[in-house]
Amino acid sequence: MAERFEGLPREIIAMRVCREIRDGWYVNLGIGIPTLVCNWLEGRDILLQSEIGMLKSGPIAEGDLIDQDLINASSQPVTEMAGSAYFDISDSFAMIRGGHVDLTVMGAFEVSEKGDFASWNNPGRGLGTVGNIGGSMDLAAGAKRLFVAMEHTTPKGEPKIRRELTYAATGMGKVNKVFTDLAVIEVTSEGLLLLEIYPGLTPEDLQSVTDAKLIVSPSLKEIEL
Amino acid sequence: MNKVYSDIIDALADLHDGGVIAIGGFFTAGVPRDLLRALAGKKIGNLVLACGSGPLIGAKEEAEALIANNQIRRIIDSYPLRRSPSMGMNDALEKKVRSNEIELEVVPMGTLAEKYRAAGAGIPAFYTPAGVGTPVSSSVISNSERDPERKETRFFDGKEYVLEQALPCDFAFVHAYMGDREGNLRYRKTARNFNHVMAMAARVTIAEVENLVEPGEIDPEDVHTPGIYVHRVIQVPRISYSVTMD
Repeated sequence: MAERFEGLPREIIAMRVCREIRDGWYVNLGIGIPTLVCNWLEGRDILLQSEIGMLKSGPIAEGDLIDQDLINASSQPVTEMAGSAYFDISDSFAMIRGGHVDLTVMGAFEVSEKGDFASWNNPGRGLGTVGNIGGSMDLAAGAKRLFVAMEHTTPKGEPKIRRELTYAATGMGKVNKVFTDLAVIEVTSEGLLLLEIYPGLTPEDLQSVTDAKLIVSPSLKEIEL
Repeated sequence: MNKVYSDIIDALADLHDGGVIAIGGFFTAGVPRDLLRALAGKKIGNLVLACGSGPLIGAKEEAEALIANNQIRRIIDSYPLRRSPSMGMNDALEKKVRSNEIELEVVPMGTLAEKYRAAGAGIPAFYTPAGVGTPVSSSVISNSERDPERKETRFFDGKEYVLEQALPCDFAFVHAYMGDREGNLRYRKTARNFNHVMAMAARVTIAEVENLVEPGEIDPEDVHTPGIYVHRVIQVPRISYSVTMD
């Protein structure tokens, strides 16, 4: 078993993802680290699409602002903003499959060097072929861009970035960039390009916890925060 | 025209063994809990509950009653399981799935939305890009060995799509914030979700409404589900939910 390196906390991975999002984008956030991206949106002109049927979903609701009829797709109470819109589920997925959403950020169990990813069927759960798919496959199929935000390895230190998936796929060749606690990696036609690395780690350190081969960018730098 | 039933038992009188019932709602939002509770009080079983995104996680007590009564044969949903594996180990539905006493079919959420919409719109099947290259594109994903169906795929303009079939339902249970005697419905905020497409998909749609009003009280510009899709209306109290889950 390879050494397990300490890296960025989950909130800071979300902050790094947020720096990559342009103002004016419509963005859908998945469950897990991606949900934390919404904590870094203040002052930005980024519009959240929630597949339950809401555009411009606002900050998490607390106290008296909690309304049982107003939740996001992760079942968190959220708030309305000036310019928010509600719609039904078929409209919501028309936006998603129809290529109107600029970016989706999702968690994953595994990402392959070709940009395939697995996020819905966890074999460790012992439930066979079934699992929670949610909107992940529609988002993978239709969003203009797909970022994965996840831990670089499993809690046991096993690599999650692999030559090929070992879990059932959510989408094939759909991932554009991967943000982990240890690195920022771009999926290119040549393979996985290591762009940014956690301070103090070497590319060799990172390769030791990554199954797929990493191509080190000539302009490799420390993760920019 | 008056579609209002004063007694929820009468509104469910013709539900039958083996029926396919669409259940509206998304986790805790817009779930027809009173109708589910009334269903748990009926001596019918072998039911197929066609869901959208985890209404049986949101309506936990009602789902547990239906499971304890052995009324459910099959559940169709996109997100039916608890998020947390450890919570799932103690979940009534998950236990029945593990023991193969309930069939569970999982479908991508947007595909499921379109299956209901298509059923209500006279479209028997449609092509979607969701699930191409995954197990979803070759067969039905379930824990049942009775689902050998192979799915077709086809290329349009060089891109591959999966052929998915509409999902017509015998009944739909929907929850609306407001409804009039003629069945026009208005939902509130994100509680709309699957309720409208499910009202379209069913032969008989039964709507529970928090506020029962006279025709005209919902501005025609603001009707979300026109009354033609709704056959029975029942007034229910607004239930307070805890909106957290894991």
